[in-house]
Amino acid sequence: MAGAAAAAGAGLSVVVVDFADRPGGQYFRHRSVHPTVARLLADVRFLAGHRVFAISAGFVVHTQIQQVRADAVLIATGAHDRQVPFPGWDLPGVFAAGGAQALVKGHGVLPGRRIVVAGTGPFLLPVAAGLVGAGASVVGVFEANDPARFVRFPGLLARHPGKLVEAARYLAVLARHRVPLRTRHCVVAAHGDDELSAVTVARVDRSWRPVPGTARRISCDTLAVGCGFTPQVELGLALGCASRLAADGGLVLTVDDRQATSVPGVYAAGEVTGVGGYRLAMASGALAGLAVAGRSSARLVRSRARHSAFAAALPLVYPVPDGWISGLAGDTIVCRCEEVRFDAIRAAVELGVQDARAVKLLTRAGMGWCQGRICGQSVASMTGTPPAADALAAMAWRTLAQPVLLGDLAAMEGERE
Amino acid sequence: MTDHVVFDGRSLPMVPGQSVAAVLLAAGIRSWRTTRVFGRPRGLFCGIGVCFDCLVTVNGTASVRACVTEARPGDVISRAV
Repeated sequence: MAGAAAAAGAGLSVVVVDFADRPGGQYFRHRSVHPTVARLLADVRFLAGHRVFAISAGFVVHTQIQQVRADAVLIATGAHDRQVPFPGWDLPGVFAAGGAQALVKGHGVLPGRRIVVAGTGPFLLPVAAGLVGAGASVVGVFEANDPARFVRFPGLLARHPGKLVEAARYLAVLARHRVPLRTRHCVVAAHGDDELSAVTVARVDRSWRPVPGTARRISCDTLAVGCGFTPQVELGLALGCASRLAADGGLVLTVDDRQATSVPGVYAAGEVTGVGGYRLAMASGALAGLAVAGRSSARLVRSRARHSAFAAALPLVYPVPDGWISGLAGDTIVCRCEEVRFDAIRAAVELGVQDARAVKLLTRAGMGWCQGRICGQSVASMTGTPPAADALAAMAWRTLAQPVLLGDLAAMEGERE
Repeated sequence: MTDHVVFDGRSLPMVPGQSVAAVLLAAGIRSWRTTRVFGRPRGLFCGIGVCFDCLVTVNGTASVRACVTEARPGDVISRAV
């Protein structure tokens, strides 16, 4: 949105092609259009509910409804919650942290009654506070890392007082509702027959290995879990954009200081260029929009640098080490879509399979509906830790970014390339 | 007079703007699909349209992601085949 507004402000003709029915992405997820969103999109043509399944050279943006021609493309497809598998994570009642928040913020519905929030990252706090604020009973918030690590970056929080104030606000909400918050604790298993009825929580070491003797069972009907975010880079990869490993171990599109990718005419901004939250996304988005028009802004460059500096510390304070692999049982589902269990992946690795793509071909992990979005990084971690960029790219490559009906394809007036 | 959708023959209340998944969850329905290999129940997981766990049939159209499909009054929703 920031990119669209900046480009439109610079005199360009702009179309926003948005997957969702309402603008705002994951952050501005309100029941009606947020004023900031409305202001940004005032001079822009907004196509709602358009699911981009491919972008071809030249450029043609293909959606299930229509195709849109453009001279330049700005990819700002955001990110989704990152997950690591654990026994029972496929039970109904286990939700991604972002999904739990989306239900409350966007749909006015609670995901359940007795909720545990777990995983890692600053995002857990607004999720928990939002659930509590909506009337849920949050029985515990379990952060696998230790945010006290921020002291290793003296001055960082002092340079970003807003973040501290924001965190303090969420902590105050949790304290007011007497929600216990434990650091260095993980949910190591979820239990239930056909839906969640309890989780096992344990203290963990720096590698996320459970400390013996610390496990305890907590009854709950809902678990909201997330370990940071995985950028949605497939449209950029399909266009041939260069990608690289970000500091958090995820795959991002490589951009220069104008937010231009390695493919002429293709720009990228927001989480696809590095997970960093909405302020960084707004700054990089606006710079991308200006760059398409051949312009820049010193103020925005400073803002981007400021917020990038904070974002750079996050994977160091909230890493996702590979100790979670040791908590998997042989029958733990790793690929949810194809129901590939850990023992199948372990067997492939023991056969001598060295790369993620070969594991995918042998086990079907990553071949299901979600095309490896949820399991890709986990599977890549099982073939080599930390996974290299090409292993992640192999799991992130999707010819079609979204499913499309053959009927919709046939109904389109096409031009043969 | 609240709006309603029909799910598996049951009338469920809905609020305009809610997704099909939100309507189902608000009614206490937490799973509406079973997996192909092990027959395990699935409902909502990622909530934002990327995991495809929440597939449901809406007005005869199969494999619709319930979490990113807006519920409309009178929609007939049934379990994914």
